Amino acid sequence: MRIKNHPILEDLKNRKKVYITVDGRKVEAYEGEPIAAAMCAAGIRVHRTTPRHNEPRGIFCNRGRCTDCIMKVDGKPNIRTCVTLVKNGMKVESIRGMGDWSE
Amino acid sequence: MSDFVIIGAGPAGISAANESARYGVKVTLIDENNLPGGQLFTQTHKFFGSREHRAGVRGFQIGYDLIEEINKLNVDVLLDTIVYGISADMEVKYVTEGSSAKSITAGNILISTGALEKPVVFKGWTKPGVMGAGAAQTMMNVHRVLPGRKVLMVGSGNVGLIVAYQLKQAGADVVGIIEAMPSIGGYKVHASKIRRIGIPILTSCTIKEAKGSPQVSSAVIVGVDKNLREISGTEDEIKCDLVCIAAGLKPFDELCWLLNLEFKYINELGGFVPVHNDDLETSMKNIYIAGDAAGVEEASTAMEEGRLVGVAVAQKLEYLSDRQAEKLKGKINDRLKYLRLGSFGKKRAEGKKKLTSISK
Repeated sequence: MRIKNHPILEDLKNRKKVYITVDGRKVEAYEGEPIAAAMCAAGIRVHRTTPRHNEPRGIFCNRGRCTDCIMKVDGKPNIRTCVTLVKNGMKVESIRGMGDWSE
Repeated sequence: MSDFVIIGAGPAGISAANESARYGVKVTLIDENNLPGGQLFTQTHKFFGSREHRAGVRGFQIGYDLIEEINKLNVDVLLDTIVYGISADMEVKYVTEGSSAKSITAGNILISTGALEKPVVFKGWTKPGVMGAGAAQTMMNVHRVLPGRKVLMVGSGNVGLIVAYQLKQAGADVVGIIEAMPSIGGYKVHASKIRRIGIPILTSCTIKEAKGSPQVSSAVIVGVDKNLREISGTEDEIKCDLVCIAAGLKPFDELCWLLNLEFKYINELGGFVPVHNDDLETSMKNIYIAGDAAGVEEASTAMEEGRLVGVAVAQKLEYLSDRQAEKLKGKINDRLKYLRLGSFGKKRAEGKKKLTSISK
């Protein structure tokens, strides 16, 4: 959910709307925000699953340290979605384990 | 070649850059993010202290002011840049997003890389929907996205109290704050604010499990005794879609560990901290440490420590006479002393003393 009318912070203005796809689903995003923020706003919380037990993982540290939120972005696996900014048309996919390099 | 390479452009790093560049030091300021300011931009609350410490001003405004100051001075700022090592001959190795690895030789180095949140381990803590309180704070205050609708806060230190308040401000329902210790960890003024807006704070209570599949849909909390042992039969299941962990911070000092600097475990300062002297110089000559990386405190102390290092480096490079420098340092140290008063500050002051006493 996007926060609007915050009592202290001014609304972010002049942000350009872009679109990314997450596992094939079209997701609205704003230029300058990380992939994880757009996904969080769209209510998508599972970013990947673990290699052995296939357990779901999502945002944990939100600072690029824990690597829990890594996904495949435009064909590249293991991208930290909390610190990687969106680009229009970006293709984001969830991965199991280390992912792979296939298109 | 750079007189002074600063790694981490949070409150400590920017303050050091400003303070040293002002006297003529040639500074290179590096940060891995696309904007300097560090965690100041997550902070919507008003700062405490005296007027010199910008009391009453909100954290993000201080961030904007520091950046404005840096833009006026002649500082080289490298953003989207990760430092991955420092060699023994003072070469700082870095890589900028989209570019190949480079290095720069530094006369002096400040490591002001801040802190990381400490996790709490319980059943289900790895599920989507469990995150650091600081993680949630960044999501709502910087990215303007609400990370959850019904939130349980684990930990009643200042971070837990402030973030719970801000979550409520941003439109979330905070179901409660739980604290394993028998008393509230943070400042009374924050706790009172939380109570006024109707958020319950349960002490001697901890989280046992985060439930839900694939993401959190409830949490089981449980009462604990004085030795933090669970009291069976006191479990309660609470509906929530976000569990925030606010269990304190630890210094984030990977570069210092790589350099094999001398460390000491200081509980009051968040864990292992690089040993340093009164000028904040570490066990390796010409390498300085400041801010949360030098022991977890607050943004105000981080800024003062940054200034102290800025003066020390300007003095060493003879941009300031010893007399000028000692006078400036005296003033900064007086302000630091003021920031380390009170029952919370005193403990941090003692922790700092332990560190600097080894160094001498």
